Amino acid sequence: MDFKNSDTIPGPRTEDRLPHTAEAAVKIVIVGGFGVGKTTMVGSVSEIRPLTTEETMTQAGIGVDDNYGSASKTATTVAMDFGRITITDELVLYLFGTPGQERFWFLWNGLFEGALGAVVLVDTRRLEVSFDVMGRLEERGVPFVVAVNTFPDAPRYPVAELRTALDLPEEIPILDCDVRRRASSRDVLMTLMRFLHALAMKGALT
Amino acid sequence: MTPPRRQRRSPGPDRPAAPAPPRATAKEDELPNPERLFVIGGEGGGERADIDLVTLIVARADPPVSATPEEAALLRLCAAPLSVAELSAYLSLPFSVVTVLLTDLLAKELVQARAPIVRQKVADRNLLEAVMHGLQKL
Repeated sequence: MDFKNSDTIPGPRTEDRLPHTAEAAVKIVIVGGFGVGKTTMVGSVSEIRPLTTEETMTQAGIGVDDNYGSASKTATTVAMDFGRITITDELVLYLFGTPGQERFWFLWNGLFEGALGAVVLVDTRRLEVSFDVMGRLEERGVPFVVAVNTFPDAPRYPVAELRTALDLPEEIPILDCDVRRRASSRDVLMTLMRFLHALAMKGALT
Repeated sequence: MTPPRRQRRSPGPDRPAAPAPPRATAKEDELPNPERLFVIGGEGGGERADIDLVTLIVARADPPVSATPEEAALLRLCAAPLSVAELSAYLSLPFSVVTVLLTDLLAKELVQARAPIVRQKVADRNLLEAVMHGLQKL
């Protein structure tokens, strides 16, 4: 990017500006494998066109992914798409879509810190892609729900069978969704919020 | 057809995400001034402000004459509150680089940072209810 003339840097459109009263933000993370629909989900509920933030992969990634060839000193850039929903004049919600593969876990530092919770988006054709992600979330104590993006040619399993396969306790919601539809994506987020609310109630009682 | 199966994990200390980076060779150690990936972060040194992707940044002043082009661009962008993630996106700079720039601007009191609400052990029910209410309006 050419910074010589900073007036030319495109900023948010006028209608995309937050009110001056915006005091604080919260975040929810959508995590899943490539092509599972994370960005589509972000886009279907976001009030702004999804944006991309990048982070540079340093030593942690070197040697992990050989697909990038021999360039052991080349920094690899990983992109994360995100969107935004203004909740009130003071409160803003951000949604981040992040890849679940182990070689991208360096992105998770800071991302999951303080996140309200996570949506694990799965494709039943590649269910095992999500196993490590769920394990990591469990280890970190990040509450999550599982949303099955229903691709037309993907196998359908009864929820009980999925629950057994994913080894998830009864209280963790598992639901089908079509992330292309705003209402469906919103339902996933609402399910997560109700789950978090139930956890908060439970925590307050014990 | 039955789906593949996984095993649940319990909360605990993080496992190492990746093997330790290889030790620098002696030859690299001898280099007096290794080239840095990004050198636009100013002279703030190693300390970085505690900044999250969703920390909201607001400019407190117009860009001073002394501001670098990156700083000036950033200050113009956050005339209204903007998250660090959005700044990173609009500036096409990695999050870590924006963090360095902001550390400098915070020290110079040119920007204000509005800290995010982080998840407590027991989440704030009023906060959760506010978010639910907001989502219902979508």
